[in-house]
Amino acid sequence: MEDMKKPDQPNEGTDQQSVDEVTKSEEPKVIRFEDLDPNFKYEIQAEPSGEFITRCYACGTCTASCPVRSIEETFNPRRIIHMALLGMKKEVLSSEFVWLCSTCYACYERCPQDVRITEMMNALKNLAVKNGYIHPAFTAQIDLIQGHGRLYEADSFVNKKRAKAELPKLTELPDPIKAIFKATGLYEYSTEAKESRESPQSGDTEGGSNE
Amino acid sequence: MSDAKRKYALYLGCTVPVRAQNYELSARVIAKHFGIEFVDIPSFTCCGFPIKSVDQRSSLVMAARNLALAESEGLDMVTLCTACTGTQVEANHQLKHDAKKLAEVNAILKKEDLEYKGTVNVRHFARVLYEDIGIERIKQDIKVDLQSLPVAGHPGCHFTKPSEAFENFDDPENPHVYDDLINATGARSNPYSERELCCGGAILGIRVDVAYAMAGKKLQSVKDSGSEAMILICPFCNVMYEQNQKKIEKELEQEFAMPCIYYTQLLGLALGYTPDELGFKINRVKPIKILERIGVISEKPAC
Repeated sequence: MEDMKKPDQPNEGTDQQSVDEVTKSEEPKVIRFEDLDPNFKYEIQAEPSGEFITRCYACGTCTASCPVRSIEETFNPRRIIHMALLGMKKEVLSSEFVWLCSTCYACYERCPQDVRITEMMNALKNLAVKNGYIHPAFTAQIDLIQGHGRLYEADSFVNKKRAKAELPKLTELPDPIKAIFKATGLYEYSTEAKESRESPQSGDTEGGSNE
Repeated sequence: MSDAKRKYALYLGCTVPVRAQNYELSARVIAKHFGIEFVDIPSFTCCGFPIKSVDQRSSLVMAARNLALAESEGLDMVTLCTACTGTQVEANHQLKHDAKKLAEVNAILKKEDLEYKGTVNVRHFARVLYEDIGIERIKQDIKVDLQSLPVAGHPGCHFTKPSEAFENFDDPENPHVYDDLINATGARSNPYSERELCCGGAILGIRVDVAYAMAGKKLQSVKDSGSEAMILICPFCNVMYEQNQKKIEKELEQEFAMPCIYYTQLLGLALGYTPDELGFKINRVKPIKILERIGVISEKPAC
């Protein structure tokens, strides 16, 4: 369902064409049964923090409480949960809105069904990453933390300033973080891993022993 | 707990030591004042907060690594950043209640010869002041009259939430701990309409316009309430309210000119420490009027 039909392509039936036009225009107002993935909710439940999504009875307390929603209409927790439960996998995982939770926990505290939405949003984002939809801002953060052990470099400029203020020196400790990322597989999402995969001498010519 | 036992591993996180040295300086002054010993552990790494969005497992191991390091020193952990607090407290809560997760995490930490047994407690420094030192003791030591200066408290969402992981030490919907701490200094925690509004810092890298709108909404509400400063305990919130204040003013075509002061700086002033000792030079929106009025500086400001 990825490609829109070109106008000059022959159509089997005009009814189908008009449905397509409605479906693909701006927002998917029509939800087509065959596009839904009934197993998506189980995939979410298999992720850490995703297990309580099926408790939702769509009351909307989350949306009413959400400080992001009050500014940005596309971020609507109730809608996101409902789309997920319906099985709109691609629409949810490829969207910008999964990344817009500010993690304030207002919905988490108020949800009468204890869906634990703030954490459940992490399950959705983690699944988005696994499905190839990582937000570039997070690739940058993986690189920084893997490269320095911290989100901001502790370079000589910082340490000079700290010494002047009589504060203890900061050290950078990237190795333990890289080891953790390698163990969990997150390393594969770093720019370093990507570049080593793309490098021409990656062993595909001779003796490329599989580790 | 006796005075002699008030010894904690100080978890600075990433943002405080690089972008909020005024907070770190003043926190160390306050700790010393009340006989709290901070032990610096140079091998601490990022708490895992930014990584939670991409992989919760990695984030959990990152937090557990820090907990294991504190545990190996036989120390509980004190945090300054509210975002780190949330991540470390929640990870700790999970690891203490889920033996399977703990075992999985330890299987990874083992490579670094670390193991977390689940014995560490994690608390924000402000909570430590509230619980270990207490409001009465703080009041006893006040030397400078802050003259009921109206200020807007903003501890940051992860100071009390998720409340289950924080053992409900404060009511998440109607909190009072942070107000009590502010009022103990002699300033006055001033109510304002957007009190519970999040700073938006977590989505600054995703949608800067939304993050700015959230922070701007709060700054306007603080200004409308007649508060003369915001009182913060999170460097991440400070990035929004102070470090980005000028940009937000430009973007929203509003003027706030709102000083943002760390709680430890406010308390330090009340205890009689100088603005210099408390790192006021680093504050970007200069609270000069306030400092003059309460008489801690004369015309030529130290900050």
